[in-house]
Amino acid sequence: MLRMTKVPVKEQDAKVRATNFEEVCLGYTPEEAIEEAKRCLNCKKPLCVSQCPVSIDIPGFISHVKEGDFEGAAKVIAESSALPAVCGRVCPQETQCEGKCVLGIKGEPVSIGKLERFVADWSRENNIDLGTTVEKKNKKVAVIGSGPAGLTCAGDLARMGYDVTIFEALHEPGGVLVYGIPEFRLPKDTVVKHEIDNVKKLGVKIETNVIIGRTVTIDELIENEGFDAVFIGSGAGLPKFMGINGENSNGVFSANEFLTRNNLMKAFKENYSTPIKSGKKVAVVGGGNVAMDAARTALRLGSEVHIVYRRSEEELPARVEEVHHAKEEGIIFDLLTNPVEIIADENGWVKGMKCIKMELGEPDASGRRRPVEVKGSEYIMDVDTVIMSLGTSPNPLISSTTPGLETNRWKCIVADEETGLTSKEGVYAGGDAVTGAATVILAMGAGKHAAKAINEYLSK
Amino acid sequence: MYKILKKRFLAQNIYLMDVEAPRVAKSCHPGQFIIVKMDEKGERIPLTICDYNRETGSVTIVFQALGESTKEMLEYNEGDYFKDFVGPLGRPSEFVHEDLEELKKKKIVFVAGGVGAAPVYPQVKWLHEQGIAVDVIVGAKTKDLVILEEEMKNVSGNLYVTTDDGSYGFKGMVTAQLEELVNQGNKYDLCVAIGPMIMMKFVCLLTKKLEIPTIVSLNPIMVDGTGMCGACRVTVGDEVKFACVDGPEFDGHLVNFDEAMRRQTMYKTEEGRKLLKMQEGDTHHGGCGFCGGDK
Repeated sequence: MLRMTKVPVKEQDAKVRATNFEEVCLGYTPEEAIEEAKRCLNCKKPLCVSQCPVSIDIPGFISHVKEGDFEGAAKVIAESSALPAVCGRVCPQETQCEGKCVLGIKGEPVSIGKLERFVADWSRENNIDLGTTVEKKNKKVAVIGSGPAGLTCAGDLARMGYDVTIFEALHEPGGVLVYGIPEFRLPKDTVVKHEIDNVKKLGVKIETNVIIGRTVTIDELIENEGFDAVFIGSGAGLPKFMGINGENSNGVFSANEFLTRNNLMKAFKENYSTPIKSGKKVAVVGGGNVAMDAARTALRLGSEVHIVYRRSEEELPARVEEVHHAKEEGIIFDLLTNPVEIIADENGWVKGMKCIKMELGEPDASGRRRPVEVKGSEYIMDVDTVIMSLGTSPNPLISSTTPGLETNRWKCIVADEETGLTSKEGVYAGGDAVTGAATVILAMGAGKHAAKAINEYLSK
Repeated sequence: MYKILKKRFLAQNIYLMDVEAPRVAKSCHPGQFIIVKMDEKGERIPLTICDYNRETGSVTIVFQALGESTKEMLEYNEGDYFKDFVGPLGRPSEFVHEDLEELKKKKIVFVAGGVGAAPVYPQVKWLHEQGIAVDVIVGAKTKDLVILEEEMKNVSGNLYVTTDDGSYGFKGMVTAQLEELVNQGNKYDLCVAIGPMIMMKFVCLLTKKLEIPTIVSLNPIMVDGTGMCGACRVTVGDEVKFACVDGPEFDGHLVNFDEAMRRQTMYKTEEGRKLLKMQEGDTHHGGCGFCGGDK
């Protein structure tokens, strides 16, 4: 009789981890991984694979894990993914691979994410070389942005023999993996840096401190620097604000600023120069994964933290696992609550946030029940820091400096769903720059499809 | 890594550096800025581009040692390297894209306060290269703090130097000098004011009265400088703008200076404020004279 529950994974105790930035989930041991792998039924038509945006041969790698052949497993994953240690940690597996696992019908699905993570961590710790030598094609491709979409596209193109250069605006490559997702979910120096190094080992060059649209334009890359094709994976990094009174008071941050200071600039570490300010009582406005990350970061900086969200718990867009972790650590959820004004003291610092209670009305176009204000229910929340986590949109810098590049009314780049081809010949795009803020793995899938399309285009 | 090709003392705690950054040098225009990160643990510091040489691939910055980071920058010498140097950031000054014939008809006055002379210089130089002579007012607290005077003299039509204490040039604030020029019959179609926030505010109050359209270059707190965080947000008219991508130059008569000044203080602790007061007393408020160096 097959066990219907997952082999549990060890985590740092909630009380302890709330005070540090060490990784929360400790991952499987080899024995635990083998035990969990044995639950996989090795389906003939594996539905898990169909739900993975980069189509990893999941039963294939798991059968190696069953045998204790972790190197073999790593090689199977490497055929499809350049960032398994990242994806194993941050993918919403419950709605992807694990969501369709047949074991999930009667019990718990196989922990595919945790197994992928185990294999990736094991191969890093054991210095397994996953590089391959390929015949050079003598054609140059420029990749704009070094986030998950760009890294995946660049890695795939390098494996096909192209001369690939990634251009990154910040001083560190990785995109949201380095500035957005905190250390306690995704360790930077070990996991992220190693996976980026693996992409470099494939021959990909990364030029940091280059802002496409300012430092150099896409047309200049093609005309003056000899690039034969371009992939735009510049993400959706422009933060939204509410537009309410008092929003420019001292102590109001976008989640992007708060997380960038902490993650990219390492403000939480001694000896790093960038300051960060997290007050006694912090309100994080929003309910997505970024809101959970900002809240859990503020908590670790010593604040009492409230998540303020206008819908109910059921509608929280964040992953269930993240909400669960946040609650365990002591984040307080103020649901069905919406800010209407930020109140500042005489020096312009936040001293409170006026909120109104909400109730759920009829479902809206997105299918979610629309929150409606409860008349007369205004009250003042006593907070000294507010972090706005309302979502992001693509930065218009690239589209506005690239003649002929079509965008839609949300400033997203218009690109073919299958190939990523934009309105401009030889220019492809994918990830959040096209879809608006989505997930790491969807961006990787887009990068993968574009690499295939760029290869076909350049092989003509 | 970005090599420091030249370092030059300009005034107490104010230095000029030429930094090797060919990509930036090739594409930058007057009005834009760069962000420098000195080393692994450093913060990202925005500095306006003061000059550039497209042939040699160098970009000139001028910085004033104010806080912990810029004081550390004092220790860097010719031959040393900055870890990161990114740009050009922000929009170029509007006149760069304006019709030259139209531009030549305009009478422009530049007002620079303290270290603000550095960002004013490339604009005046650019106009000079297009055959346009402009009036320039450079203000400093005292004679020793007047920077880039020779350079400015070479590219401006008329140069007026003011010092608060009268130790050199006109005695008094830049606004008094501007008002006097207007009283003497000078008519200006445009004023560009760059310097400490408080100085820009007072220039704008004056030019509003004199009905001279005025452009200012804002210097709020920044992190990435590419529009992804909003740390640099400012209210201009009824809109919230990000200075790093929508600016740094804005219509001075629409800027909410009080809010902008308040936001600049966000990371200053009690101790930090004391330190700043002590150090900036001499220079930070140089040339404007409105606060006596202790606000």
